[in-house]
Amino acid sequence: MMIRGAARAAAVVGASFLVLTLAACGAKQPPVARPTPPPPPAPAQAPAVTPPAPPEPVAEQPPIVPPEPMQESSLGSASLDTLNRTSPLKDVFFDFDSTQISSDGQAALQQDATLLKQYPTWKITIEGHCDERGTAEYNLALGERRAAGVQAYLVSLGIPADRMRIVSYGKEFPFDPGHDEAAWAKNRRAHFVITSK
Amino acid sequence: MTKKALFLTLAPLLAFALSGGAQPPPAAPAQPAAPPQQPSEIGATITSGAIGAPPKYAVPDFIPLTTDPETEAAARTIGHVLWDDLNFEEEFYMIPRDTYQTVPAAHGFTDVPFADWAQLGADAVVVGTIARDGTNFHVQVRLFNIRTQQSVFGREYTGPTTNPRFFAHTISDEIFKQQRGLRGVARTKIAFASDRDAERMPGFVPDRRVKEIYISDYDGANQRRVTVGRTLNITPAWAPDDQSIAYTSYRLGVPEIFRSFIYRGTIAQMTHGPSQSFLPAWSPDGKQIAFMSDRDGHDNIYIMNADGTGLRELTHGSSINATPTWSPSGTEIAFTSDRSGSPQIYVIGVDGLGLRRLTSESYCDRPTWSPAPYNEIAYASRTGPGFDIKILDLETGKIRQITFGQGSNESPSFAPNGRHLAFVSTRTGHSEIFTIGRDGKGLRQITTKGSNYFPNWSN
Repeated sequence: MMIRGAARAAAVVGASFLVLTLAACGAKQPPVARPTPPPPPAPAQAPAVTPPAPPEPVAEQPPIVPPEPMQESSLGSASLDTLNRTSPLKDVFFDFDSTQISSDGQAALQQDATLLKQYPTWKITIEGHCDERGTAEYNLALGERRAAGVQAYLVSLGIPADRMRIVSYGKEFPFDPGHDEAAWAKNRRAHFVITSK
Repeated sequence: MTKKALFLTLAPLLAFALSGGAQPPPAAPAQPAAPPQQPSEIGATITSGAIGAPPKYAVPDFIPLTTDPETEAAARTIGHVLWDDLNFEEEFYMIPRDTYQTVPAAHGFTDVPFADWAQLGADAVVVGTIARDGTNFHVQVRLFNIRTQQSVFGREYTGPTTNPRFFAHTISDEIFKQQRGLRGVARTKIAFASDRDAERMPGFVPDRRVKEIYISDYDGANQRRVTVGRTLNITPAWAPDDQSIAYTSYRLGVPEIFRSFIYRGTIAQMTHGPSQSFLPAWSPDGKQIAFMSDRDGHDNIYIMNADGTGLRELTHGSSINATPTWSPSGTEIAFTSDRSGSPQIYVIGVDGLGLRRLTSESYCDRPTWSPAPYNEIAYASRTGPGFDIKILDLETGKIRQITFGQGSNESPSFAPNGRHLAFVSTRTGHSEIFTIGRDGKGLRQITTKGSNYFPNWSN
């Protein structure tokens, strides 16, 4: 499930590659010569996907090290514009008329928290968004509650509240202008914008 | 940014926006002064020949006394706009203007062809003259009772040539007042938010269309923009004196309530973070605003003085409490809350007492309290995939539906006489502003450009 999602995201946005490798990097740094475990607490089949370290002539040289410092430094040095275009922080999606953070959403926020701890100077805005089926006025409140819920969850993961600002956009800025369930599902979300670093 | 710095930065921009349009400046400067009533006037009400029927009115073109094309065009404009204005309240039967060919044109007030108007069935005819005097028009108007051939109403106006429609609106409001004791709305305006200029918001997320506040005459004419925030400016609310509009603006990144003095081109920030503030609603006396804010960590209704002092929290708790509207007496506030599990309309006293629930439907929002003499609350109610406008009579508890599933219909706002509503509908495929009578009749489309939201009728 998670692997499939990650693969799809990578196919859609090249930048997702950056997130995956980054997360891998973050998780991998303490141990030295072992293969990278997948970023979040993984289901049983996850280790099977990560190739067990094949017999390599030189055991001291893990093959995936080279790209990571590059990625890391590009994240660290990228302009805010570039950074936000690549959206390194994962959005959280909501059910209809709901402000509950699903297990998928919690998993995304755990990754986001890891990244935010890795870049402790980043400040972010959490945007709350709604689909078009509610009224414009009430959706301002619903979007507020979604953003506030995400902020509270990140606080519970150790991110200081003063690094985060919340803004509700109600249904004013749909990510998908369509009028069907596929569009609505994309539009019910908390979206992250990095505002300073 | 401090309030003063903001003022200094934005004031020239706003002034530019107000002066830069092709339209004349709205209202205040164009206001023709009404001279004292004519000596010949007798304050009689014109009635129908048939008992119980509305009197039949004819409004031919006004008579140009100077022969320049502008005056001649204005004479026609005033005639047809006045006909529309007088038709709007459904108090009179307006004889269609395309039936007037049989009636010879008058040259002034002394040769009105009463017999020809009588033959058309008219009980009343409005006769007017217009003459140009430099940059002003001079307009005279009489309302004649066809049977008595007496003028029952006479006025003279002088005003700039830039907006002939305003003469018609003024005359209409005066005729309603004199003939029906009714507060006409022809000079009122509707504020709304629109993305019609297709400007994009600066920032880190591409392709977000800004919304700015626009105003329109009540009949859709003279639409013009009044904010230049290049951001999201939504939920406008006319101050009771109609000189300023409060609205939710994202110009500082988070939503705050701002107030634009549209005829002066100045702007003031009304709320000052650090939390979010939305959905301003003026108290009827203009001294306070109610609004929604998350400053206690949840969405609640707050009240404060217009100068920012005296902030207090009206609702409490962790439910959503949103979208306030004041009762005409200023003693109660209706609002939307999801405390029952779904959004419903509630009322609470401004002292925080007397909470009661008004609706038990699927999903209700945007209560808007009717001005006197009606004691009603209009709101949007989910009736299917979308919403419809309903009106709750607070006296009887009865609910009547005003729209019926053509598109989604939201965000009702009452006209100041309580007889009409502005609302948003998607029935054309876009989000547009419409007006409709409180009886569900007389639908009229106000906007056609871009997508338009959050109508608010002036006072």
